[in-house]
Amino acid sequence: MAGVLHVGGRIVTLADWLAGVIFVALNAYAVLGGADFGGGVWDLLAFGPRRERQRELIAEAIGPVWEANHVWLILAIVLLFTCFPPAFARLGTLLHIPLSLVLIGIVLRGSAFTFWRYGADEEQRYWGVVFAIASLITPLLLGTTAGAIASGALGQGGAATGDGFYTIYVAPWLDPFPLSVGLFALIAFAFLAAVYLTLEAREPELREDFRRRGLASGVGLFVAAVMALLLSLSGAPRVRDGLIFATWALPLHLLTAAAAITALWALWVRRWRVARVAAVAQVSLILWGWALSQYPYILPPDLSIASAAAPAATLRLVSGALALGAVVLLPSLYYLLRVFKSSVSVT
Amino acid sequence: MPDLLAARSQMAVSLAFHIVFAVIGIAMPLMMVLAERRWQVTGHAIYLDLAKRWAKGTAILFAVGAVSGTVLSFELGLLWPRFMEFAGPIIGMPFSLEGFAFFTEAIFLGVYLYGWDRISPRAHLWAGVAVAVSGVASGIFVVIANAWMNAPTGFELVNGQAVNVDPIAAMANAAAVSQTLHMTLAAYAATGFAVAGIHAFLLLKDPANAFHRRALEIALIVGAPAAVLQPISGDISARHIAAQQPVKLAAAEAVFRTQAGAPLTLGGWPDVAARENRFAVEIPSALSLLAFHDPHAVVQGLDRVPESEWPNVPAVHLSFQVMVALGTYLALVALWAAWLSWRRADLAHNRWLMRAIVLAAPMGFIAVEAGWMVTELGRQPWVIYGVLKTRDAVTPMPGLVVPFVTFTLLYCFLGVIVVWLLYRHIIRSPAVPEWRGFYMSGGGS
Repeated sequence: MAGVLHVGGRIVTLADWLAGVIFVALNAYAVLGGADFGGGVWDLLAFGPRRERQRELIAEAIGPVWEANHVWLILAIVLLFTCFPPAFARLGTLLHIPLSLVLIGIVLRGSAFTFWRYGADEEQRYWGVVFAIASLITPLLLGTTAGAIASGALGQGGAATGDGFYTIYVAPWLDPFPLSVGLFALIAFAFLAAVYLTLEAREPELREDFRRRGLASGVGLFVAAVMALLLSLSGAPRVRDGLIFATWALPLHLLTAAAAITALWALWVRRWRVARVAAVAQVSLILWGWALSQYPYILPPDLSIASAAAPAATLRLVSGALALGAVVLLPSLYYLLRVFKSSVSVT
Repeated sequence: MPDLLAARSQMAVSLAFHIVFAVIGIAMPLMMVLAERRWQVTGHAIYLDLAKRWAKGTAILFAVGAVSGTVLSFELGLLWPRFMEFAGPIIGMPFSLEGFAFFTEAIFLGVYLYGWDRISPRAHLWAGVAVAVSGVASGIFVVIANAWMNAPTGFELVNGQAVNVDPIAAMANAAAVSQTLHMTLAAYAATGFAVAGIHAFLLLKDPANAFHRRALEIALIVGAPAAVLQPISGDISARHIAAQQPVKLAAAEAVFRTQAGAPLTLGGWPDVAARENRFAVEIPSALSLLAFHDPHAVVQGLDRVPESEWPNVPAVHLSFQVMVALGTYLALVALWAAWLSWRRADLAHNRWLMRAIVLAAPMGFIAVEAGWMVTELGRQPWVIYGVLKTRDAVTPMPGLVVPFVTFTLLYCFLGVIVVWLLYRHIIRSPAVPEWRGFYMSGGGS
């Protein structure tokens, strides 16, 4: 496999491919599971005469795909600790606090959603509130975690340097740049959800509700992106350098901008399907911009993909398992989406 | 609270909580598929109602199991980063496969739950089968990873580093077959008897209720054969442990002294200081016979290793006794029910059998928890047997008592709500009065 592809003058190794696969899983989690989070945000912010219909639509849209969307995160984690164990160990150690909070959010959200569906009418609103609040906090902290990684604050250091608790376990993520990435993730998920929901809605008024929400969050996303970029100037030098000076930077920015403008334009002129494709492209391109900017590092500034990689035997086997898994999973996933996310019944 | 103890406690609480949902996630889909199949064959709406209720139960429990499983996959890094750094490349493979199995399960559960009116009955049943099969597969993969911690293989240790890593050999470790067999049977037995117990309780009040009679029947079809086979699988496990993990067996049986013709001890309380098991009933040579199929075989005692490498002997011994006692009870009740069925007796009207099954309801789960206590506590102080000590695997992060308390409270809260929801959706009798006489009029078979 080596030597087939080059990025930035480097040969792409098997470890690079697997890091890419992990990022694909994260990408899928962001555009699929992320939209479920976004749905929770719109549930919290539901208002107007169709408030209850909005909430019902969100629940209907999330229901069948909920569990499957969640598994992308588990897949990413499992592949990370199998293929890049030192990176997993360092993340678990230095980001113990935000990751624990993410977990609490995931637990509350997942169970609240189920309890909300199956609970009695009189208690459903409480679960709706738990679900919505957890939907707000979890993406914020997930984004913050990503921001902490990108900022390069998760260096070797740690306990070995004799730093205090705050310096080691809190400072890397409780910082303007990671927090701005958290805000960005939250708005991006809400934006995706609003765009998807325009397609899910059957009634025109409901569709208009989510169109307006999509447009508003699309503009909000732009503001958050600019803010994160400005903060990266001092907060995440590697991302900054990557996003501004690398050879691929300009084309990537142009593509992302094109996708963003297309998404907003399509929402404006009510081309729902175009809007969905463009919104997914926009969020995915931003994620890949981050990935490319820190390549070849898995945890900047010092842990590279190559140095964190598991032995070749493991990587080869995991690749085989991935191929095998894809043969089972992709048709199944296609079937799930075809049954529930197309207007035509399969019967 | 010391950080190591807090980390171990948090892991224990997370596992103890998750295992309940994992076990139900393995067995409940099978019951749901059996009920749906009977509905398709007989056309009786009562089976459809059962299938839908069990599907709801599966949905609720799967959702909670999915999040508690997510917590565990993160906790491996949050609490035991040094363990994962070492073990990840060797044993990540079954976790990856489990990820795929879990994914398949999630996809087809979505299809099953929401697809009643969208796909053909045949496709719907197969979606259920896919859930049941992938549920078993994910359980097996996770237990294989745990088995490797008990029987580590597939690598060479050079200066504390693992070299020549062979993940396939690691998966084919010596404990894999006995542990996965024991756990899969346990899942069917525990879930089958828990469901059977609930319906037996309601049948005691209302023996003619066709709904509960059908539910009991399917629950016993799933639970009883597994409960009967479990002691055989237990024997395979015990013989494996006797050969590969003698310290664990010595702790489970409270054998302090290496001896030939070792007796089997029933009950008792190990006095570690005095090196004896007080108040125990001993069956001469029976342990040697069971562990090595030879009454004169030498059973290694705790004296073979320094006391610093002993597990908590009273805890392991007690857990082991509880597991064996409860498992035996389940097997006997299963045989009794099978005997009555063979004689074509009406199980639901046999009040003593119904009472025995009610008593059995929590036992399978208690036995599962106790069994995991044996295997996990019995391996201490090692996290990877003979390779890495638990205290060397824990995160350097201080203040671990905070997450421990937080997650414990969270799990207590969730547990209460899940029980309440299950009561509402699955256990309560259907409010359809005509089904009461359904069985008596000979409507079903």
